[in-house]
Amino acid sequence: MVVSLALMFVDQREHHLEGIRSTLSVALSPLSFLVNLPRSISEWAAESLASRSELQQTNLRLRKDNLLLKVKQQKMDALEAENMRLRNLLDSSFKIGDRVLIAELVAVDLDPYRQQVLINKGTSSGVYEGQAVLDANAVMGQVTHVNPLTATVLLITDARHALPVQVNRNGLRTVALGTGRVNALELPHLPNNADISVGDLLITSGLGGHFPPGYPVAKVTSVVREPGQPFAAVEARPMAHLDRTREALLVWTLDTRPGDTLAAETPDDGTIGQQPAEPGSEPDSGEQP
Amino acid sequence: MTLSPHRGGLVILLSFALAFMLTLLPLPDWAQQYRPQWYTLVLIYWTMATPQRVGVGVGWSAGIVADVLTGTLLGQHALALSLIAFITHKMHQRIRLFPVWQQALTVLILLLIEKLLALWVMGAISQPVPPLAFWAPPLVGMLLWPWVFIVLRDLRRRFQVS
Repeated sequence: MVVSLALMFVDQREHHLEGIRSTLSVALSPLSFLVNLPRSISEWAAESLASRSELQQTNLRLRKDNLLLKVKQQKMDALEAENMRLRNLLDSSFKIGDRVLIAELVAVDLDPYRQQVLINKGTSSGVYEGQAVLDANAVMGQVTHVNPLTATVLLITDARHALPVQVNRNGLRTVALGTGRVNALELPHLPNNADISVGDLLITSGLGGHFPPGYPVAKVTSVVREPGQPFAAVEARPMAHLDRTREALLVWTLDTRPGDTLAAETPDDGTIGQQPAEPGSEPDSGEQP
Repeated sequence: MTLSPHRGGLVILLSFALAFMLTLLPLPDWAQQYRPQWYTLVLIYWTMATPQRVGVGVGWSAGIVADVLTGTLLGQHALALSLIAFITHKMHQRIRLFPVWQQALTVLILLLIEKLLALWVMGAISQPVPPLAFWAPPLVGMLLWPWVFIVLRDLRRRFQVS
């Protein structure tokens, strides 16, 4: 027994056991389904029993939002084109187009000492391990376990998660480590004289290859510079509503090696395709320490 | 042990399924860390009451299921639960004779052992040290034990699980 357990531990580190885990979790999915059932029913009831005036109000609000977003999108299109043109002039590579799919969180509590959530999309929707997950505001985390029906997402605040980021203001690159608290990230190894200040926006840098570059991650909340210490103690607050959100967006980075663009952009049902971009960068190393 | 046919395997299975559902059930944030270790309580009961059926093997399987469901390291719960099943199995004749409150104390110790093993595993994979509330579930489990015991005993008697 103990030997088999030791094997388990070793294997888990090397990711050989993903297959077993996903098969088991498929077999056990009725349990999570049952647990989630009351919420699905209440949501369904709330939706189908909503009053006419409420629906009208929501409709109105959504139309307004849509209009605003469309206007922004127009500007965005123009800017994107201009950006690509300039980058072409500079001969540098960049990609903007990503494909996203909306998934819902399953109302199931996992280990309270890990920052994880379960979502209702799995390999049958094309979800893969290591995929980036966003919410409406910012980066949420990445997929760690996936089975045909569901996937487990490790949030960026989990103590075992590290995310390559850069400061939006000046491009300073660093790594954001999770702290195990849902509202804090830690930026270690920034020298005392680094140009970073409270309120700075951190965005994904795209280094590491798991996350598409340019998505907002967090805002710096405190910078403590101790003269005696080699590094400043910097903390940031994730901009994603990690503990409140109900929906998550799964992102496929369009791998834009020439000739590969079309293959990457065959959208499934329910996915939202955007413009693929020009030559791309190679993904390099992994994410987790 | 003997060749006599076992009965009521379904009841055991269903009680475990219920325990796992209670484990996954969404609770408000403040209550989450006080969630008792339902599956451990169920495992202790069945190991104690029907040691010829439920033992280390069942404990280990239940642990793997718990690992998959709660997304912990595969083997973390399995290790703890198989050890607990082992201890309970060793002591089942003694525990059975205890009055309920004394049983509850024994259960507290078993639940603490599970938490301790979990803590070691978390330490080994460099997760941060959890807050003090990490140790609350065993206490809640101890307080719940008399009820779990009575419910499961009635179930066992009604369906004549042996």
